[in-house]
Amino acid sequence: MEKIKTPKELEKLQQVILAEQKPERLKVTVCGGTGCLSNGAEQVVAAFAAEMKKQGLNGTVNLKKTGCHGFCERGPLVTIYPQDIFYQRVSEKDAAEIVAETLSKGKIVERLLYTDPQTKEKISRHDEVPFYKHQVRIALRNNGRIDPTNIQDYIASGGYAALAKALTSMTSEQIIREVEKSGLRGRGGGGFPAGRKWRSCRDAQGDVRYVVCNGDEGDPEAFMDRSIMEGDPHSVIEGMIIGAFAIGSSQGYIYVRNEYPLAVQNLTIALEQAREYGFLGKNIFKSGFDFDVRINRGGGAFVCGESSALMASLEGRAGEPRAKYIHTVERGLWDKPTNLNNVETWANVPVIIARGADWFASLGTAGSKGTKVFSLVGKVKNTGLVEVPMGITLKDIVYKIGGGILKDRDFKAVQTGGPSGGCIPKSLIDMPVDFDELTKAGSMMGSGGMIVMDDTDCMVDVAKYFTKFLEEESCGKCTPCREGVRRMKEVLTDITEGRGTEGSIALLGELSEAIALGSLCALGSTAANPVLSTLRYFRDEYEAHIQEKRCPAGVCKELITYSILEDLCTGCHRCFKECPKEAISGEVKKPHQIDPAKCIKCGICYDVCKFDAVAKK
Amino acid sequence: MDLKKVDQIIDKYNAEKSSLIGIFQDIQAEWRYLPREAIGRVVERLGIPVTQAYMVATFYKSFSLVPRGEHEIHVCLGTACHLRGGQRLVENFERTLKVKAGETTADMKFTLETVNCLGACALAPLVRVDQKNYGKMSGDKIVKIIKEYRPDGEGKTHGEN
Repeated sequence: MEKIKTPKELEKLQQVILAEQKPERLKVTVCGGTGCLSNGAEQVVAAFAAEMKKQGLNGTVNLKKTGCHGFCERGPLVTIYPQDIFYQRVSEKDAAEIVAETLSKGKIVERLLYTDPQTKEKISRHDEVPFYKHQVRIALRNNGRIDPTNIQDYIASGGYAALAKALTSMTSEQIIREVEKSGLRGRGGGGFPAGRKWRSCRDAQGDVRYVVCNGDEGDPEAFMDRSIMEGDPHSVIEGMIIGAFAIGSSQGYIYVRNEYPLAVQNLTIALEQAREYGFLGKNIFKSGFDFDVRINRGGGAFVCGESSALMASLEGRAGEPRAKYIHTVERGLWDKPTNLNNVETWANVPVIIARGADWFASLGTAGSKGTKVFSLVGKVKNTGLVEVPMGITLKDIVYKIGGGILKDRDFKAVQTGGPSGGCIPKSLIDMPVDFDELTKAGSMMGSGGMIVMDDTDCMVDVAKYFTKFLEEESCGKCTPCREGVRRMKEVLTDITEGRGTEGSIALLGELSEAIALGSLCALGSTAANPVLSTLRYFRDEYEAHIQEKRCPAGVCKELITYSILEDLCTGCHRCFKECPKEAISGEVKKPHQIDPAKCIKCGICYDVCKFDAVAKK
Repeated sequence: MDLKKVDQIIDKYNAEKSSLIGIFQDIQAEWRYLPREAIGRVVERLGIPVTQAYMVATFYKSFSLVPRGEHEIHVCLGTACHLRGGQRLVENFERTLKVKAGETTADMKFTLETVNCLGACALAPLVRVDQKNYGKMSGDKIVKIIKEYRPDGEGKTHGEN
């Protein structure tokens, strides 16, 4: 492969690829995200390949396994271009019919279409499905459209044009100014203005500088960075090269979470291809600028998402944060000026350069520009990955995109910001979602996890869950964090197990303050947020646990008993068979009973009952 | 043990001090734990203090100083999985396998672990055995999954006291 040296050559290559790929030709994309793969997407791809061969369509249809399409709830997902037909819950058995009907005759297979639960209408077009209709995709622009292991797909969709533009027609100062003007803020949690960070790093004293991509996505329920690294790795790499050029760095690092082997694989392939095409290496676009990127795998420590801990880990040490009197942009990796941004932030950069800061800044709110990717999970109908403009209301995300609450139960809260975030109650559902509004509500943007909760979720249990998470993940360097979070978990455990006292809530408040004051990094200083925000909005639930020894949501094991509702029990005998402790008695076709003395509250009867006849109270 | 293999791994990283974590990851993948002799060799070849090696080996969750089971069961405890009963699954696995999370069964078949999120929240609650995901899990499916990997062994729960 001849290296690409000028914007003209890149443009020509794009034309050649487009001519070969023929955009007017039929294209079948099968989602290869984790959710769809677990539901058999690999077999669907194989079935399509076999059927296309069998039915004589080989060479006339492009078949692609892509990155995550986002609508995990309905996987495996298949989209057919150029008509934009969206099929959901596709199994390998459906391939033959899709090939025969849609690909050969242009007919739609009705039974595989998405049905709008409200209007009962079948929707054929991908962009008409409510889940997608309200999204604006920048960071996820190529996810689900291209084969992430093929750089030609990326180039065909305009990839590396921003790099060509930046390196051949812009100065470092112009690039930084453009990023500043765009208002892009860090998507990893802190929300620090990216342009300002770049400027500080470029202006810091030193001859060697580094750029780092933080792919150590540790917040539970956040999987947007994973999807981008797996589904569109070149967008991250292109962003990093542009950033490195502006900052004056010749070496970059991508730090990827250990649990993401496919991300490592696809990034490795992408880096090799970028080198082959001349986008990495020496004298890129004849600009005299050299740059390359290395991948490091994380070791499975949440705290390594913190910048100074991540850099310690890159150096081969235990990932403990350090005090940041001196910022990492001045002295970071190996004490050299280092600029760290997360995956989603880097993926936004090429678009800002290509389309301009003004366009980017036209999206969003006064203080938060552009879009944000959220993983919408929990008790919501349409679980998945969504990218929306900043400022959209919580209600629109949960109801318009998310389709409302599972089983149409009562919406209780949304948890955002991961373990450092908080719970936002129903009363604030009309709030616009951006960095500043979320902070005002006692939560934070974090990396974009959004967990929807209903009336069967206990807020004290949720606070305990996050506190336990943080106790395990505290690196132990600062005593207030190490001991304080543990103590907080003990108090919460007491409350959920019926040992809470009048002083418990006050003690939690005191601990929160001490931990926040006495911890070096954000893990500690925000560790109390889950407790503080649930106390702020759901104090009555804490009080029910403490004073009445009752869990209103029916979650806390020590405070509930399982029983069978006589009028709903059909006597199917299923729970009787599954109970590991022989605690259930009853004859077939007659209501059963649970012996509370034998019951260990394992919940298996509750799981297997098809008639909702097992109650937790 | 075969120290030649350890050397090959170290060579792959040019015996760079900063590659300690990568080297340990490859050793962990090969032996399913970090054997004492292997750590010794790494210390010697990289010229790092023993304390640094053990600090790293014990800091990161992906490393183990004791042998792990043939199959690793990861019960996801991400928030979405937690809300849909992930903790109950852990307890039911513990009861069925007769080990606590983090431990390995006596026959060295299974190591039971919890994980903070596998990023497949639509399938919650999720369990991963080695590389295979089991979505929308419930307590009654545990015995069946264990049988898949241990066809003749014990795994029955019904009637057990």
